[in-house]
Amino acid sequence: MSRRGMLAASAASAAVTTIPAARAKTASAQPAPSMARIALTVNGEARELELDTRTTLLDALREHLQLTGTKKGCDHGQCGACTVIVDGRRINSCLSLAVMHDGDTVTTIEGLGTPDDLHPMQAAFIVHDGYQCGYCTPGQICSAVAVLEEIEAGIPSHVTGDLTAPAEATNMEIRERMSGNICRCGAYSNILEAITEVAGRQA
Amino acid sequence: MKFDTPATTNPIDRLKVIGKPTNRIDGPLKTTGAAPYAYEQRDIPANAAYGFIVGSAIAKGRLVSVDTADAEAAPGVLTIVTAANAGTLGKGDFNTAKLLGGPDIEHYHQAIALVVAETFEQARAAAALVRADYARARGAFDLTAAMDSAAPPKPMFGTIADTAVGDFDAAFAAAPVTLDARYTTPDHSHAMMEPHATIAAWEGDRLTLWTANQMVAWSVGDMAKTLGIPKENIRLVSPYIGGGFGGKLFIRADALMAALGAKAAKRPVKIALPRPFIANNTTHRPATIQRIRLGATKDGKITAIGHESWSGDLPGGGPETAVGQTRLLYAGPNRMTRMRLAVLDLPEGNAMRAPGEAPGLMALEIAMDEMAEKLGMDPIDFRILNDTQVDPEKPERPFSQRQLNECLTTGAGKFGWAKRSAKPGAARDGRWLTGMGVAAAFRNNINATSAARVRLDKAGVVTVETDMTDIGTGSYTIIAQTAAEMMGVPLDKVVVKLGDSAFPVSAGSGGQWGANSSTAGVYAACAKLREAVAAKLGLNAADAEFVDGEIRSGDRRVSLGEAAGDAGLVAEDRMEYGDLADKYQQSTFGAHFCEVGVDAATGEIRIRRMLAVCAAGRILNPKAARSQVIGAMTMGAGAALMEELAVDKRFGFFVNHDLAGYEVPVHADIPHQEVIFLDETDPTTSPMKAKGVGELGICGVAAAVANAVYNATGVRVRDYPVTLDKLLGGLPAIA
Repeated sequence: MSRRGMLAASAASAAVTTIPAARAKTASAQPAPSMARIALTVNGEARELELDTRTTLLDALREHLQLTGTKKGCDHGQCGACTVIVDGRRINSCLSLAVMHDGDTVTTIEGLGTPDDLHPMQAAFIVHDGYQCGYCTPGQICSAVAVLEEIEAGIPSHVTGDLTAPAEATNMEIRERMSGNICRCGAYSNILEAITEVAGRQA
Repeated sequence: MKFDTPATTNPIDRLKVIGKPTNRIDGPLKTTGAAPYAYEQRDIPANAAYGFIVGSAIAKGRLVSVDTADAEAAPGVLTIVTAANAGTLGKGDFNTAKLLGGPDIEHYHQAIALVVAETFEQARAAAALVRADYARARGAFDLTAAMDSAAPPKPMFGTIADTAVGDFDAAFAAAPVTLDARYTTPDHSHAMMEPHATIAAWEGDRLTLWTANQMVAWSVGDMAKTLGIPKENIRLVSPYIGGGFGGKLFIRADALMAALGAKAAKRPVKIALPRPFIANNTTHRPATIQRIRLGATKDGKITAIGHESWSGDLPGGGPETAVGQTRLLYAGPNRMTRMRLAVLDLPEGNAMRAPGEAPGLMALEIAMDEMAEKLGMDPIDFRILNDTQVDPEKPERPFSQRQLNECLTTGAGKFGWAKRSAKPGAARDGRWLTGMGVAAAFRNNINATSAARVRLDKAGVVTVETDMTDIGTGSYTIIAQTAAEMMGVPLDKVVVKLGDSAFPVSAGSGGQWGANSSTAGVYAACAKLREAVAAKLGLNAADAEFVDGEIRSGDRRVSLGEAAGDAGLVAEDRMEYGDLADKYQQSTFGAHFCEVGVDAATGEIRIRRMLAVCAAGRILNPKAARSQVIGAMTMGAGAALMEELAVDKRFGFFVNHDLAGYEVPVHADIPHQEVIFLDETDPTTSPMKAKGVGELGICGVAAAVANAVYNATGVRVRDYPVTLDKLLGGLPAIA
């Protein structure tokens, strides 16, 4: 019998015995949340927060700083919707506790551009229709901006053929590096065109 | 306005704004993170608390007890809601299982409790302290095992279980060339990027829900029915939706539990379903087992076509209507289709993008490929030979438009189909075996009643209000284009407000009916506004022109702003439909082409090129329509190569219930995609002369990929997804 089978079998037998009554009355005391004070620079602005230490960087941004442009798609580092740029590198902000970022500099989608003053990557996404529902879009754009910087900095990827030559923003390099950002609407073909346009402009 | 005779020339035919590739008007908000989704609404009462749902750990049985003492004592906890204290709850018309389980449990991860606390972290931690004791009952979780007990489903939405024309059995037995094959498609998860999410707030006996929902009016009705309150007491707001694909057609546990939690806590409550909860708590596309039999003459004329499909659902649920397209797609005098529905105790099955046709064509279009090979025919020629311009079950009904053959031939030319080797396993590119596949795409058009209100102000700005939703489809933009075209104003003079039950009831987003239906409703409202403008100026609306922000009649030219004046003008109307959809079979057609490479040694499958050619009526915004199609092609590629909810047949749940286990296509899986729209207008569908396209795009894609894999390798896989383990045994020997 599997471990799960064992657990299920014992749970089923427990249901016909009297365990619940025995433990129902004694509520065990839970400790009060552990709080910590942290300082962040977010989109160029100094912010101080007192947070439950269980708070992720993602929830610090969304629920405490009202920067809801950064999205929670899975909260498990599986989708990339929460991508932000911390000290120049993109990360999944859901996989990182806020207290790990005391003193860090964070750039979110709101820090890249605004509806009236778009970042070139945001403008390119609009022109190439690199989004549909828009929920993965801030993460895609933050990732895309960081990907071009990674290529510029010569950081290789899984598909880089020659590790001694400068990395180039080829289609496969971009696709490989963007593969942590899922778009269920399936705008990938258009997103690639948007990033390629910006890469060309920067080159 | 009632649409009961085919459209003639109307202001939309000017095509100054409609039909032009147009950037989304919501683009600047979406690309900067400024578009507020359900969980992010700012315009809500202060002091919102956080809810975290506890799901059932058994698939079927009874909740013996729920011990909430530890959870209640945990820091920050405000209240805990279970079936025991939630009061009497009804069930919505569109829900199969109850959204709050207990004492009976109907499926795994059915909600059994809600913990409301001051913070998200506190609610989540306390939810882990809720202890449930269950009496587990035996359930049915295996579709194959349940096939023999499957019965004809009761008719739903006009879909009947069985159809028959001629004598299928005799014709099949007599046919010189036959195919009899079994195909399976697995359970699929919508996996939209935004989890189901709701903020609920009560003001006295009035409830407001800010939620992610495709069908505002349906969901107001179902929430009212579930809570037992008048629907007038509910306002539902859903301005931005982070993907739906059918998964947000209905109220789900987030909406109900937020409403119950907010009532109990006497504070607004916000809930987002955790990702690992979604696959089993919400709905999915049910798995199918399909048997297809084709009989043909030696020269390729189909004489017998039979399609049977088995699927399962909870008691009271419905079938996956996988035989639907087979009733309409190909000619043949002797026909038989049959659907059977088994009771399964898996989570609730329901609509996912192109329900019926998506899995139906996954099977049928492999069968057509197999049959073409048996006949020694090119699969495009075989399809063209068996085209029909009338409903083959009711030949008195012509198709309103049907350009399937043109889609196939246009695509063949564009894709370089002539270079395909008819013999499988014959083309090589270094270590890659290469192959091409084709499949037909088919999806019916549906028109639904849809209303809108339009306002004109003294600045000449037209504001459209309708409860229509934009789930990534581009509704905001095509509605703005429609109003701009009708009123003769530029796009930046139109404001579109969507997704609020305070607005007139629209068709909503589903079944690819949204684009044509919702814009037709806006057309009707604008026609009324044109009359109001003309009447106010004493002009005749019938001969007035609306151009460049002016109304013009004879020598008179008056700006719309001036006509509206300080008081402004407002008009409201809806588009309703007569019987044109009965007289004409309104469908959309397409052809999908795919080229794959399969690693000769490892069986790794890579999609190299994809092309879709679509004929789907007038394309209102070619840019957004193209995106709908490439997105659907991407989801089709997922269905072909990776997507499968793995069923634990002992305990009755989907094992891979997150985005790490349920694989969907990522950037590296998808090549450049081409889409061609054939020139078409369909005057029988609405004054817009449009049809749907968002679901057509997925129909047939998976089969085109599977056929390409066969063409590359010679290995025919009939059980989706087509993964490399199913190829390895049959790959050609490596030289």
